[in-house]
Amino acid sequence: MEFSYFPGCTLKTKGKELDISARACAQALGFTLDELKDWQCCGAVYPQATDEIATRLSSVRALVAARDKGQELVTLCSACHHVIKRVNGDLANREDIRSKVNAYLKLDTPYEGETSVLHYLEVLRDRVGFDNIAAAVKNPLTGKKIGAYYGCLLLRPGKEMQMDDPENPTILEDFIRALGADPVYYAQRNECCGGYQTLENKPQAQKRATSVVDNAAACGAEMLITACPLCLYNLTQNAENPLPVKYFTELLAQALGLE
Amino acid sequence: METKNLTQEVIRISGANPKKCMKCGKCTATCPAFDQMDIHPHQFVDMVINGRLEELLNSRGIYNCLSCFACMERCPRSVEPARLIEAVRMAVVRQKENNHLKPDAIPALLDDELPQQAITSALRKYMK
Ligand code: SF4
Ligand code: SF4
Repeated sequence: MEFSYFPGCTLKTKGKELDISARACAQALGFTLDELKDWQCCGAVYPQATDEIATRLSSVRALVAARDKGQELVTLCSACHHVIKRVNGDLANREDIRSKVNAYLKLDTPYEGETSVLHYLEVLRDRVGFDNIAAAVKNPLTGKKIGAYYGCLLLRPGKEMQMDDPENPTILEDFIRALGADPVYYAQRNECCGGYQTLENKPQAQKRATSVVDNAAACGAEMLITACPLCLYNLTQNAENPLPVKYFTELLAQALGLE
Repeated sequence: METKNLTQEVIRISGANPKKCMKCGKCTATCPAFDQMDIHPHQFVDMVINGRLEELLNSRGIYNCLSCFACMERCPRSVEPARLIEAVRMAVVRQKENNHLKPDAIPALLDDELPQQAITSALRKYMK
């Protein structure tokens, strides 16, 4: 199995661990992430305004590059996934946006949203299978109480992201179970940590991060896992009583004995 | 632009239809930033319908909205309040010299752990 891969700006810098562990796990589990050449930053915030065209172009370029290679496009960072998946939906479903983007890019074959965009977690669940992952685990994380932190961008809006039930998701808990650990359910697992606000209104980000982490700790979580470098930063740096937070792929690498 | 036209413009670029709102308040009840939104999401929708754009353009809430889409996911009428909030914020930052965050201000806000994503996203939300 070979997929086109969009790492995004942070996975080459502060979020390197997410990229490195994901590649190592992919190799161990029998699939390849083929990094797109010349990818550009997705912008990290999906432009909701329907007349925003320039801010959608970097995502479209990545989608077109994957299409031209005949591959599905895999993402890792929650924000990249959110932006690219929704822009893809715009190109498939909104004639106003599709025609303006294509008029600008002047591609040999116009792009109409035909690339399939998968989050790495979906590859694990739907292509590799959590059963096969469980069978490949060398160091089961038995007895570890882990809170899945979905945050906001990975699942919402549910009808566009189509990864899981946005109000009662199971994908990360099933992943945690496959590694032999115990998932901890807590109310704020799919509520926003306020990470986008960390530069503009730090007290607001601190308040949100504290609320998420305190809720997880009160429910018995010893640590949290996430797919988002901004969540990881916010939960570890801005929460009053931080818990350890790791990327889900770091946990996977540990369980597969790849460290 | 006069207020009536600006209201129409905001609704148009938002892609949302505020008139579908049934004023149940669920968006505000679920908003994780409700205490920082000087104009709560359900009020925001109502004020767009009533053309009270001046107040919205000057509200703090257009910057404090977390862009978390909880209000969009949970609105029983698919009104998508976050789209209206973003459209009003765009109406402000697209005006000349009206960026909410200036690039010069950013270096002082950085720390060693801050991911690039925090900078990119702040620029996209608050600048044109
Ligand atoms: S949840 Fe929807 S219908 Fe209810 S007040 Fe908010 S926008 Fe209106
Ligand atoms: S998108 Fe903004 S208004 Fe809507 S729930 Fe989140 S913070 Fe509140």
